[in-house]
Amino acid sequence: MNAILPAMQDAEAPAIQVTNLTMAYGDFVIMRDLDFTVNRGDVFIIMGGSGCGKSTLLRVLVGLKPPAAGKVLFREGSLWDATPDGRDAILRRSGILYQSGALFSSMTLAENISLPLSQYTSLTPKEIRELASLKLALVGLAGFEDFYPSEISGGMCKRAGLARAMALDPDILFLDEPSAGLDPVSAHLLDELILELRESLRATFVVVTHELASIFAIGNNSVFLNVETRTMSASGDPKELLAHATDPTLRRFLTRGKE
Amino acid sequence: MTKSPSGSPLADNPVRTIARAGDTLTLTLSGVWRMDRPFPDLGPVNQALAQLPAPARLVFDGAGITGWDSLFLAQCRAILTLAGARGVAVDLAGLPPGAHSLIELAQKVPERQGAARKTTSLSFLEHLGNIGLGVSQAVLNLLEFLGDVTLACVALAQGRAVFQRSQLVALIYQASVEALPIVSLISLLVGLILAFVGAIQLSQFGAQIYVSTIVGIAMIRVMGAIMTGIIMAGRTGAAYAAELGTMQVNEEIDALKTFGFSPTQFLVLPRMIALVLIMPLLCIYADLMGILGGFIVGVFMLKINPVQYLTHTWQSVPLANFWIGIVHSTIFGILVAMAGCYRGMRCGRSALGVGQATTSAVVTSILAIIIATALITVACNIIGV
Repeated sequence: MNAILPAMQDAEAPAIQVTNLTMAYGDFVIMRDLDFTVNRGDVFIIMGGSGCGKSTLLRVLVGLKPPAAGKVLFREGSLWDATPDGRDAILRRSGILYQSGALFSSMTLAENISLPLSQYTSLTPKEIRELASLKLALVGLAGFEDFYPSEISGGMCKRAGLARAMALDPDILFLDEPSAGLDPVSAHLLDELILELRESLRATFVVVTHELASIFAIGNNSVFLNVETRTMSASGDPKELLAHATDPTLRRFLTRGKE
Repeated sequence: MTKSPSGSPLADNPVRTIARAGDTLTLTLSGVWRMDRPFPDLGPVNQALAQLPAPARLVFDGAGITGWDSLFLAQCRAILTLAGARGVAVDLAGLPPGAHSLIELAQKVPERQGAARKTTSLSFLEHLGNIGLGVSQAVLNLLEFLGDVTLACVALAQGRAVFQRSQLVALIYQASVEALPIVSLISLLVGLILAFVGAIQLSQFGAQIYVSTIVGIAMIRVMGAIMTGIIMAGRTGAAYAAELGTMQVNEEIDALKTFGFSPTQFLVLPRMIALVLIMPLLCIYADLMGILGGFIVGVFMLKINPVQYLTHTWQSVPLANFWIGIVHSTIFGILVAMAGCYRGMRCGRSALGVGQATTSAVVTSILAIIIATALITVACNIIGV
């Protein structure tokens, strides 16, 4: 475990610093020249229209896909320059919620959450079980420990995926479309949960979404990927962007096409 | 108020002291409550709660806490549960604000009633009954599938079956051309093995030439068909089960149904047609490769004249054997396609289900091939061919 206390770390250092990032599939460039900073404690929104590369950007940030050019720097450095151990240490401090939950279907919800805990901590099985049911209770799934992913609904899978992402008390949580496929009430509760977790655990969130309600409710920093110019249009607080941004694509996005 | 436990190298290890004033129990917590520190045992808290007269209130004082993570929350929840079981009211206000609100959040949604699994042990008779019910359900499912397939075949005969011709061509290509290398290799080796085994016995009394008969009859009558059947069960039957199973997981089969397509016609029928057409051809090919294997042993090891070997094979193998081999392989084609498709269509909606479907498709196909071979052999014996 990381023994450094948050207070002892450099409070000013950004959680993630992205410089001149270009993403491509082969020769096909999806996005180029991305520059933005995710500060500690941010709820950072990656927004943009369908097919603009939001999920690809998330995959690059978490190291599933190498950048074609440019750098993604965590507090400890870049995933691609780190030693295998260093890479593991960075990834262990981040939690990821995939679009469809990506729960392991051969394991119960409790086992899904216990897996990283039993791998990376020296806790007793009883403590791991208690932690797993705590995480499930936090996402509103108390009592579902022994269910298999195929036995619960899609929205529940998503929340269980969030519980698994939180298993190791990560500093940074990456959420890919957390509210897609949820009813408005559940989506609102999820937003509340994100804000609560940020407040209580001082975690940083990087959220891919195109739900305007969520963007304005939880985001305090963002980047907008413009599918036409294949680069970012703007970065900053979404509410500020709505008030001051001039880029027509971004304005159309933030006003639901009304401008 | 705080004191480090003796013998601990870390001064800020988590410490809990329990104090009782009147009917109020105060838990004073201090230190760093994180996963990498040793947490104090819950036993003393439980004892304090059990003391008589029973305490009415449990108060947390967390002013000395300098760090915490979710294991701390889990332990607080455990204390809440202990207190709740004894009817003691708990005041969380003294905890760090973040921890307080997260615990309240976790308690907010009540545990789903009846959600937790009860593991009940079944008696032997109940167990037996469950097996019986399972078997009868499986038989019903199989009959339903067979009925669907029959209806699809009727629709095909009437020219009403809906499936993509281009897909049929692709399936035939996958089952034939792509299978040729492995069928060649295995049949050639089986022919070689048969010839070797026969050669040792036959050369003892100078009857080497009968190696050609042994290899010819064995390959053409049954081995060619069985070997292609088993290869196709492992290769194509497994692929069908995995493909249809994944389509089931992705709701693609539901999508077909809601478009008004019959999944049996659209998915199962072309696969069955492909295998029924291809298996006899593959079997003939395997027969030839097997004879080639025997030929190699006969000519190069036993020094039989090549022309003599081939003419002897031609003369000594009755043509009926060829037709028996073709019947075998046609039936195997139906069995492998049906086993693969049946398991794929009945796949559970998870990665686990796809794995199980694939495994049982291969096992079912091979079992069916062996049983069918036994039945055909007995039948041939009765009618005397």
